[in-house]
Amino acid sequence: MSQNPSDARDLLPDNAPDVVYARFLSEGVLAYQRCDDCARAVFPPRVLCPDCGGTSLDWQRSHGEGTVYSATTVYPRDGDPYHVALIDVGDGFRMMSNVVGVAEVPIGAPVRARVEFGDGAPRPVFTLGTGR
Amino acid sequence: MSRPEHELRGRAAVVGVAESALGEVGAGISTVDLIGQATVRALADAGLRKSDIDAIFCHSAFFSLPTVTVAEYLGIRPRFTDSTAIGGSSFVAHLRHAALAIEAGLCEVALITYGSIQRSASRALMSSGPSVAGSYETPFGPRLPISAYALAAARHMHEFGTTREQLAEVAVAARQWAQRNPVAFVRDELTVDDVLSSRMISSPLTVRDCCLVTDGGGAVLVTSAERARDLAKPPVYLLGAGEAMSHMSISQMPDLTRTMAVESGRRAYEVAGFGPEDVDLVQLYDAFTINTILFLEDLGFCAKGEGGAFVEKGRIAPGGQFPVNTNGGGLSYCHPGMYGIFLIVEAVRQVRGECGDRQVDPAHLALIHGNGGHLSTQVTALLGDETTL
Repeated sequence: MSQNPSDARDLLPDNAPDVVYARFLSEGVLAYQRCDDCARAVFPPRVLCPDCGGTSLDWQRSHGEGTVYSATTVYPRDGDPYHVALIDVGDGFRMMSNVVGVAEVPIGAPVRARVEFGDGAPRPVFTLGTGR
Repeated sequence: MSRPEHELRGRAAVVGVAESALGEVGAGISTVDLIGQATVRALADAGLRKSDIDAIFCHSAFFSLPTVTVAEYLGIRPRFTDSTAIGGSSFVAHLRHAALAIEAGLCEVALITYGSIQRSASRALMSSGPSVAGSYETPFGPRLPISAYALAAARHMHEFGTTREQLAEVAVAARQWAQRNPVAFVRDELTVDDVLSSRMISSPLTVRDCCLVTDGGGAVLVTSAERARDLAKPPVYLLGAGEAMSHMSISQMPDLTRTMAVESGRRAYEVAGFGPEDVDLVQLYDAFTINTILFLEDLGFCAKGEGGAFVEKGRIAPGGQFPVNTNGGGLSYCHPGMYGIFLIVEAVRQVRGECGDRQVDPAHLALIHGNGGHLSTQVTALLGDETTL
């Protein structure tokens, strides 16, 4: 997908990395970048590859499947506990997210992304399990 | 042409150290008041006058242009300043930078200082700064910085079988040291069960796995080894130091169980010509109990994954084989937002033999290790007395 490659030489408000990421999310898509030069997955998005320094980064749709790298349950003083996790997404990047709909989040468990449209900006969250 | 860092070994020395009032100082006292108080005390400790200071090193999350603010308050017009801002480890980095500046002739007497009235002002745990990837973490509600360290602890438990009891041993050892330190903030009894049954904040870390929120300030004076020998106290020499960093946001940390202390430690040992087996005592930045375990491993005091077992049975507590955080650490002595300066203060006092009930013997060679951000920045230094030169 070559929509709005964010090239450092042509950085505009319309193709800024955060803007494009948020646009994909608003369409229900978790997106990341891939470096044309070294093929590394890049996340969070930026204007250059943090590995090779290449500036040609293509946006990709994540397939959304991953595994839990680590997880913590946050206990607010007011309100219910919730799970914050680091997910190794199979496309080759790691991200922070919430794992929802479970009592416990085992490290190593397979998870799958979905975009949650609630109050505020859409958020990519994960549920336990693979497939649909 | 560049010179090898080995040439800096022992060329600069810490000649004065002090804390300000610590704990909860009360409304009306400002951050720079604490810096002023610590500086006055450090000058007295060194036998120097304010007019001797010609360089200021400072980092603050509370006021902007930190060295400028401090210079105005103290009435100093420094010819060299450094506001390196890499979180709580900054002050150990400042020590290395001061040695470089002194060796290069850019200054002669460097003041490194920090202060915070965090407890009196807000009671909130101060993070070391916003994440560059804020919008990629914040929406998920991590309680930072605690959750970042909780994620590292959870992964360490998963990979190596480290237990919550072993984490708690770190807090208990810190408390036992604090009981021997008259200015430590919390000195009542603490057991492993107390830690485990405390309020969970971000699993597996309870409130007792987390550092204190206190007020406090510190000051450290550094000068050349030559000048140091003419001053009030025996010089404590900077033998080697190393700095390393790998990420800002915890989600960008390559391996949550291996910090860049591996690299900062390697560099410091190499310059100093010592290894972990030579060290008499260590001061590690214990913002959370997992920190102590990670740094003991990464700095070579035990193998990766064995840190939990290493701290069992009081090994790092008073009377144990391996003294760690002899002032009570950030967990029980003092943690005013950033703790790095207090690593230097305690190590220098130990090497001088000034620590009374908590004095370690022998204490010729101390390792200090600062951490900043979310396990982001790691700075190691080796400090020693005349016999280590």
